[in-house]
Amino acid sequence: MAGLTRELIALRVARELRDGMVVNLGIGIPTLVSNYLPPDHGVLLQAENGILGYGAIREDGGFDPDLINAGGQPIVLRPGASFFHTSDSFGMIRGGHVDAAVLGALEVSARGDLANWSIPERGGGSIGGGMDLAVGVRRLIVAMEHTTHDGRPRILERCGYPLTARACVDLLVTNLAVIEVAADGLLLREVAPGVTPEEVEAATAAPLRRAPDLREMAL
Amino acid sequence: MMVGGFVSAGTPTNLIHALKRRGTRGLTAIANNIGFGDQLDVLCEQGQIAHMIASFAIRASTSKWSRFEEQYHRGEVTLELVPQGTLVERIRAGGAGLGGVLTRTGLDTVVEEGKRRIEVRGVDYLLETPLRADVALIQAHRADRLGNLVYRASGRNFNPLMATAADLVIAEVSEIVETGELDPETVGTPAVYVDRIVRCDPVEVRLEGL
Repeated sequence: MAGLTRELIALRVARELRDGMVVNLGIGIPTLVSNYLPPDHGVLLQAENGILGYGAIREDGGFDPDLINAGGQPIVLRPGASFFHTSDSFGMIRGGHVDAAVLGALEVSARGDLANWSIPERGGGSIGGGMDLAVGVRRLIVAMEHTTHDGRPRILERCGYPLTARACVDLLVTNLAVIEVAADGLLLREVAPGVTPEEVEAATAAPLRRAPDLREMAL
Repeated sequence: MMVGGFVSAGTPTNLIHALKRRGTRGLTAIANNIGFGDQLDVLCEQGQIAHMIASFAIRASTSKWSRFEEQYHRGEVTLELVPQGTLVERIRAGGAGLGGVLTRTGLDTVVEEGKRRIEVRGVDYLLETPLRADVALIQAHRADRLGNLVYRASGRNFNPLMATAADLVIAEVSEIVETGELDPETVGTPAVYVDRIVRCDPVEVRLEGL
């Protein structure tokens, strides 16, 4: 029951993004999403360090210190790109001008609370732009491994780690499943190839209803 | 002091190294990040920073610590973690004569602790107070002799905001041109905010992600 690789999680997330959407990609698996959009896509990617309209992560070995994504990786610009300072960037985010964000998570609760910045027993963590994105964007997609490295569920009745924001997550894409955070709880919409609904339920520590049209992910 | 920059972009690395050589201690530093691909961390080599206000400072994992992280975990420095969008608006408020900002960011989290919650038209917000500094170290691409600044790409980030919120603003630039040579349409920081300009060759930065 290995499910999807990090790259395939990113590919499945990319399928959620539509032409014309303004999308912010967080650090980790979400950063990979920019490499799985079709070459002629019409998604405007927003980096909170002040870029709208960047493209894939640069892989030619070149590095321009002023052309990076929010994870510090070198990126290329696409036609129509623009630059702005941090106040404009977070005005865009909090002001509801960003259609979707894809963020990583440590834990997500049954009602869509997100914890993604601190593991207290390891003594740290940083907030970055995650709290602003979680309260500001119209649709929040979480891309993460379904369980921790030692097999503990990350989807819980309520989060134990410090919160990023309450009731903010709309969709979860994991190595095992696609789960919607609906008004009345978590809804299992898709399972990864080779993974059964029972296996997803066993790896989830919160009530999970099966969607009537539950299906296998198309990748 | 405020220090501009986001990881490798728009960081006044030469000014940071100059401050290291000067050896000033007991500093409170306000910056987006420390020890995440920036060189602000070099100020920790001689323990020059006493208190840090930042959005990125401590990693969630313990794989590789910066000098700041080592000192933080040993209790030698203190840290106020601030959401990035709140940090920039507190700086903007400090520079624009505002008494603070109201934001939903941080509600129901540790960020809310000790802050006032204010309801406006049925929506709850946190009151975040202004930030100002004695000195801002910023970076821009070009300056004219009057102090107008032109930025480059995502090198803008915090720099234009920090330029408004400190008593003494020192800008590191790659090029200084005669007054009148900059296109007024491209000026990102008007000269009124800038006290000193220093021409420096850019420091090679290592690629190091968050």
